[in-house]
Amino acid sequence: MKPQVVQYLNKGEFPLGEEEALRLYRAMRRARFFDEKALTLQRQGRLGVYAPFMGQEAAQVGVALALGEGDWVVPSYRESAMLLAKGLPLHTLILYWRAHPAGWRFPEGVRAVNPYIPIATQIPQAVGLALAGRYRGEDWVVATSIGDGGTSKGDFHEGLNFAAVLGAPVVFLVQNNGYAISVPRSRQMKVDYLARRAEGYGMPGVVVDGNDAFAVYLEAKKAVERARKGEGPTLLEALTYRLAPHTTSDDPSRYRPKEEEEAWRAKDPILRLRKALEERGLWDQEREQTLLEALEEEFARELALTDQAPEPRPEEIVEHVYAEMGPDQRRAFEALKRGFHLEEAW
Amino acid sequence: MVRERTRVLNLVQAVNEALDLALSRDERVLVFGEDVGRLGGVFRVTEGLQEKYGERRVFDTPLAESGILGLAIGLAMGGMRPVAEIQFAGFLYPALDQILSHLGRWRHRSRGRVGLPVVVRAPYGGGVHTPEQHADSPEALLGHTPGVKVVIPSSPERAKGLLLSAIEDEDPVFFLEAIKLYRGARAEVPEGYYTLPLGKARVLKEGKAATLIGYGGMVEVMLEAAEVARKEGVEVMVVDLETLVPLDEETLLEAVRETGRAIVVYEAMRTGGFGAEIAARIAEGAIDYLQAPVLRVAGYDAPYPPFSAIEHLYRPNARRVLAALRKALTY
Ligand SMILES: Cc1ncc(C[n+]2csc(CCOP(=O)(O)OP(=O)(O)O)c2C)c(N)n1
Repeated sequence: MKPQVVQYLNKGEFPLGEEEALRLYRAMRRARFFDEKALTLQRQGRLGVYAPFMGQEAAQVGVALALGEGDWVVPSYRESAMLLAKGLPLHTLILYWRAHPAGWRFPEGVRAVNPYIPIATQIPQAVGLALAGRYRGEDWVVATSIGDGGTSKGDFHEGLNFAAVLGAPVVFLVQNNGYAISVPRSRQMKVDYLARRAEGYGMPGVVVDGNDAFAVYLEAKKAVERARKGEGPTLLEALTYRLAPHTTSDDPSRYRPKEEEEAWRAKDPILRLRKALEERGLWDQEREQTLLEALEEEFARELALTDQAPEPRPEEIVEHVYAEMGPDQRRAFEALKRGFHLEEAW
Repeated sequence: MVRERTRVLNLVQAVNEALDLALSRDERVLVFGEDVGRLGGVFRVTEGLQEKYGERRVFDTPLAESGILGLAIGLAMGGMRPVAEIQFAGFLYPALDQILSHLGRWRHRSRGRVGLPVVVRAPYGGGVHTPEQHADSPEALLGHTPGVKVVIPSSPERAKGLLLSAIEDEDPVFFLEAIKLYRGARAEVPEGYYTLPLGKARVLKEGKAATLIGYGGMVEVMLEAAEVARKEGVEVMVVDLETLVPLDEETLLEAVRETGRAIVVYEAMRTGGFGAEIAARIAEGAIDYLQAPVLRVAGYDAPYPPFSAIEHLYRPNARRVLAALRKALTY
């Protein structure tokens, strides 16, 4: 039997309060705005390689906003929208993608950790972080995200099994966007819905229309609530699509048909939510314009902040390897600080 | 100094006592791994701890090494001080991704925000006829990972103090325990809580003829060789490195400068092993003092043999150390 895909927008349902719905929309629009700007900055040589998330805003923002301030996100590399919605300052995110050291230290108050590059490694770590809250008597929940390709890795299975056995308060989001770079889902797994795997681990599995912000948000809220009440982890599969290339170095025309992209473009999660808001009289062109102007202003302000970040110092290479520098780091630090390589300094 | 009361313990008991003290002293300390709870570990290192501290603080995990390391990392991120056991060092390999990609890197990649006070304990090394994959010595692999420390005690007394330091340390520490010493080494161990500094090598025996350098299970082998040599009128210096990372280069170089001859003894495979690092440091820092090439006595470039009849040929013994010594002295 096929699992039911949770959806609201296609049925014209409006299950949220107006303010909540608007909050979702604004956060998604802000994320998209950032994504578009980031692509431009990258083309101008002002960012390094960048992984766009365009098309996946509902999945990422939906989960991030379902969390409380004390909850954590443990993201993968495509989760910039999630990080923004969780409160990571724009300038930190820009500096992160600029590969500037100042962007790699996330602010203390923000309960988000750096994105993970080696795929699936974040999964068991998220479980540990979730349990730590329990030990400390804090009721924080951890949301962690992975792509459909990432679910093939052992760490995904180990992490989910650990979470279920240990009863860890985690929400596992799978952003099933159909591709792992070029490899389609059909070459990745022999199962139709990933959420089916949940039963195998002993946790609830839910499939949502990942381009339906209401569906993601509401199911994520339920999962967070369950976790907070001590009822353990949930696997949330969001069916979605990445409208842009895998990264700025990728060419999707080599592996996926234009018509497919076009079909998904029509299901753009931002347009869908906007339409629902407009039908209720909550949104219009004017409000959109006002929002865009505010975003433009915010972006300019934050971008200016990044330009004030000092040039990285050579000795930063060997900083923060240990809490206190060992003799080998110390020697390299002194050399780099004086403008030498280690061997020249001798 | 007030002399502490001591008793004779083996390495298993000494490590157990350190874990017990750490658990009782700091609520944030957790002990977990495969079979560490109810069974008390396959070597009984964690015996009695679950009974005493409960299943919350001392617990069995599912059988998944990457999961164990990932769990430890997340727990440390959240403010705990996990002490994870990997049942045998040869089973660290499934967790290498977590170690190389994260455990050693988080402090650096978060520019100091996320430090990971994790201790990973694992029995290592041969000499007791274990099955395949149960006698590996992966210290060079671990030592090649920036951001982690590697500590290998050579006696019960050192193990207790070093493990307590490792648990107090703000950085991840691999604590490798020589299986051969678990019940083979017995020594006076002080009662109560004490720590020994990480990153310090020790000169165990003075001598002018040559310097033997090793750690962990090889220390008793070096001492045995030194004793044989002494009877033949050759006094050698014996250095126990104890912490491989960070390496106490000062003590090491000083010891080599004094004798002009150096032999590194380790039971991992020879190529790219930690002995190569020691030899390179000596070449960089004390070449002018050398009267013979730095020699290595090590395992062979092959997996540790699970064949009991010939296993002893792989693991360095006093005879092989003495042969190297002869070579160094007659160079
Ligand atoms: C362990 C590991 N192997 C390979 C890569 C290279 N890589 C980066 S993204 C990616 C595909 C990931 O696909 P998926 O998990 O579906 O996430 P998506 O990119 O679609 O969001 C690969 C193979 C990596 N980062 N880590």
